[in-house]
Amino acid sequence: MATVVTAHADPHHLGGLGAAAEHAGPASKRIVTGYGFWIFLLSDIVMFSCFFASYAVLSGQTAGGPKASELFDLRSVAAETGCLLLSSFTCGLATIAADVREKTLYQLAMALTCALGLAFLSLEAREFASLVARGAGPTRSAFLTAFFSLVGCHGLHVSAGALWLLTMMAQVTAKGFRADIQRRIMCFALFWHALDIIWVALFSVVYLLGAGQ
Amino acid sequence: MSDLLEHHTIDVAPGDEGEIQVRTRILGYVVGLGLAIVLTVTSFFIAGTDLVWQPSIPVAIVVLAIAQMGVHLVFFLHITTGPDNTNNVMALAFGVLIVFLVIGGSLWIMANLNQNMMPMDQIMQMQR
Repeated sequence: MATVVTAHADPHHLGGLGAAAEHAGPASKRIVTGYGFWIFLLSDIVMFSCFFASYAVLSGQTAGGPKASELFDLRSVAAETGCLLLSSFTCGLATIAADVREKTLYQLAMALTCALGLAFLSLEAREFASLVARGAGPTRSAFLTAFFSLVGCHGLHVSAGALWLLTMMAQVTAKGFRADIQRRIMCFALFWHALDIIWVALFSVVYLLGAGQ
Repeated sequence: MSDLLEHHTIDVAPGDEGEIQVRTRILGYVVGLGLAIVLTVTSFFIAGTDLVWQPSIPVAIVVLAIAQMGVHLVFFLHITTGPDNTNNVMALAFGVLIVFLVIGGSLWIMANLNQNMMPMDQIMQMQR
């Protein structure tokens, strides 16, 4: 009899989540904003997967032009990877600094993140320019079109992220660590880390697998 | 700070971590960076080495990439398996499903078409 009573008292077996019953009502704005941005990031990753699929399909269609293994300079790619990895780390430090409201540390970490992001972009721009100068521009073959659109799309995302980063630095200077600014910082950090994940897929699939072909 | 990082027992925003102590949080990022660097260096090393059986190299690179994405998700985006993260993980799982369908499906269909289609020069001759 006693077991029946407890089963009714806890119909969804929330025994482990003691606060579940008291926590009725909408989630806090920080959770809603973060979750919505997470959904956007996943849709962005789905969009990138289409670029990846077209690259994978077209990577052999060189139309008599240069192949992947003849084009890529892995040392430059390694440097780009190092820049993005470190920038993800400094971005994490900026998030912590924002949470404990350390203005100088926050601005310093964000400035470092921005510098590393710009270093990445300049390395990528140099790579694109040298490819075009060697006659391997996006119009040369289907493979190169897919390559330039995939890598270029990631580069555009990093550029947008750098602009957003500068905006967040300015907003903290002008408005301080208000709750809405904190939410934007959280979304920016999510965006920046997600770009790093896409870059991991990109350097593995495009550059490292391409170099072996 | 307490109003921002209160302990949510039910849900937590993606990117937020349950940990509040600054020292532990920084340590988390350091560990994540270290693991990511190790995995990156390994995959760059594997790509150019003659030390391993050559056909295994692409598989190794893909496995290392997936491992590194996992490291980024856990240490940088703080997606965990805890009960406060269920919604985030479900959304991620759905995203991963779509990504696999798009990439796997495209590769499958295009490989199939490539195999069954007449070579291009023969099609050109038929159209003449």
